[in-house]
Amino acid sequence: MAIIETRALAKTYGKIQAVRGIDLSIEKGEIFGLLGPNGAGKTTTIGMLCTIVRPTSGRASIAGYDIVKEPAEVRRNVGIVFQDLTLDTILTGFENLELHARLYGIPSVIRKARIQEMLELVDLKNRAHDIARTYSGGMRRRLELVRGLLHRPAVLFLDEPTLGLDPQTRARIWDYIKKMAKNEGITVVLTTHYMEEAEHVCDRVGIIDYGRIITLGTPEELKDSLGGYMVVMRVNDPPLDSIQDLPYVSGVKLNDGMVEITMKEAHLHLPDLLSRIRNVESVETRAPTLNDVFIKLTGRDIREEYTEDTGDWIESAVRYRQRGN
Amino acid sequence: MHEGRFKKELQGIYAVWWREFKIFQREKSRVVASVVQPLLWLFLFGSGVGASFSVGGVSYRDYIYPGILSMSVLFGSVFFGLYIIWDRKIDVLKAILVAPVSRVSIFFGKVLGGCTDITIQVLILFIFSFLFPSINLWGIPLALLILLITSIALVSLGLAIGSLFESLEGFQLVSTFVVFPLFFLSGALFPVDDRLPVWLQGAVGLNPLTYTVDGVRYALLGLNTFPLYVDIGVIVFFAILMILMGSALFSRMK
Repeated sequence: MAIIETRALAKTYGKIQAVRGIDLSIEKGEIFGLLGPNGAGKTTTIGMLCTIVRPTSGRASIAGYDIVKEPAEVRRNVGIVFQDLTLDTILTGFENLELHARLYGIPSVIRKARIQEMLELVDLKNRAHDIARTYSGGMRRRLELVRGLLHRPAVLFLDEPTLGLDPQTRARIWDYIKKMAKNEGITVVLTTHYMEEAEHVCDRVGIIDYGRIITLGTPEELKDSLGGYMVVMRVNDPPLDSIQDLPYVSGVKLNDGMVEITMKEAHLHLPDLLSRIRNVESVETRAPTLNDVFIKLTGRDIREEYTEDTGDWIESAVRYRQRGN
Repeated sequence: MHEGRFKKELQGIYAVWWREFKIFQREKSRVVASVVQPLLWLFLFGSGVGASFSVGGVSYRDYIYPGILSMSVLFGSVFFGLYIIWDRKIDVLKAILVAPVSRVSIFFGKVLGGCTDITIQVLILFIFSFLFPSINLWGIPLALLILLITSIALVSLGLAIGSLFESLEGFQLVSTFVVFPLFFLSGALFPVDDRLPVWLQGAVGLNPLTYTVDGVRYALLGLNTFPLYVDIGVIVFFAILMILMGSALFSRMK
């Protein structure tokens, strides 16, 4: 049986249908990415699976426990890293983990060793006894990651674990996530809108839009579904029809004077393609990305949607600073 | 199985208390302020007014000592509870609320944490009691017990109100419309007897803090308006009511 099973899971707030029926089955040990724009229902879905949000209808179970009927068992089996930073900045890093260990009833004989192990995992051992308000954003994130792991949950939920961090720190956080998942052998469910990053980390992704999962598969499967590589050419008077008829071409589009060709196995067929077209001024090939998948399915670019709505994060960062002074 | 769950809840209560106590240890400036402020009342206000008045054969400064202790418990407890608004605003509470510990246990952990802080503050204030010649030092344990029960009630009240508010503006409102009226109507600064206007007598009689002040004043000075059992009875009843209300509101908090 899968470690996470949902059946028609839905949540309605007043008249707004935040999540409109999600069917998912996530296997033990998977790193699963829930991708989608802001307001798509990612956080609500995770909230329901963590028993913070009560579903309006549908069912879900984690490690065999029903999220509505057995919330205490579910909570014991999940770790959560929230989108907002939720560390206690008056406590030290070590004390933050100690508080968590006590709340989850980790026996005192193994508590200290477990905390040390976790601090080591994210290279925070030498800062363990500093007050958390002196930590950088990346360090706080790392501490939150292992806090979620401390009680050895079966499933770790990460809601936008890299939001608000600079690209370098983001890359490191992903490395830590992969390392943690491997070390602890747990299932990770994460949400992110950084499509390129999700591609490198996730074994499988589901793209969610308007409260529904619109596609599901490995990053490769989803990208392959677009029909292969993109070849972009600048050509005088392109013979669009004859290009379209080639067996390895799955799509041709004229865009801004550039010919965009989608084709399979570009490395094999490109020479043949070029031999059939005269007056090629420039050629560029590009592997499809998950963002291309998103655009294809929704007609929108996820990155554009995101730039408008980061207010939430900025606000929480400001609040964080206020207490930290 | 049932016993295991009970133990886990106790561990949860302890964990929340532990966090509050760590923070208390770290925020020493808060403790200093909470001890110095009552001392200012006693020595500046008490000595000033005491130059012209005495009550029941006791100097005014000594007379208000029990009242100022009660005030210190009132302010400290209610604001400790209200601090939950801030905890929620900066999201530290989120991580605690998703732990496999019931809301009621988190509530009790908070109440115990608040009472610990307040008890330590009161004990520090008791150290100064030798400066007040009329105080009966043997009455301190009884006074402490009354103040502790009051603190349980008032931290619960603070948490109850705090779980209703989402913004920090709540602080000012509660301060003006709850805390100060409770203080002024408690007889902390004046004797509760027939000389008071009737409307004031009524309001003072309805204020649970009046019975705290009366009980503590009886313990430390031997002066009282109501019998001790009435004082303790009212305070215990008030505490039970506030615990029930506080834990219910806290459990429903979003």
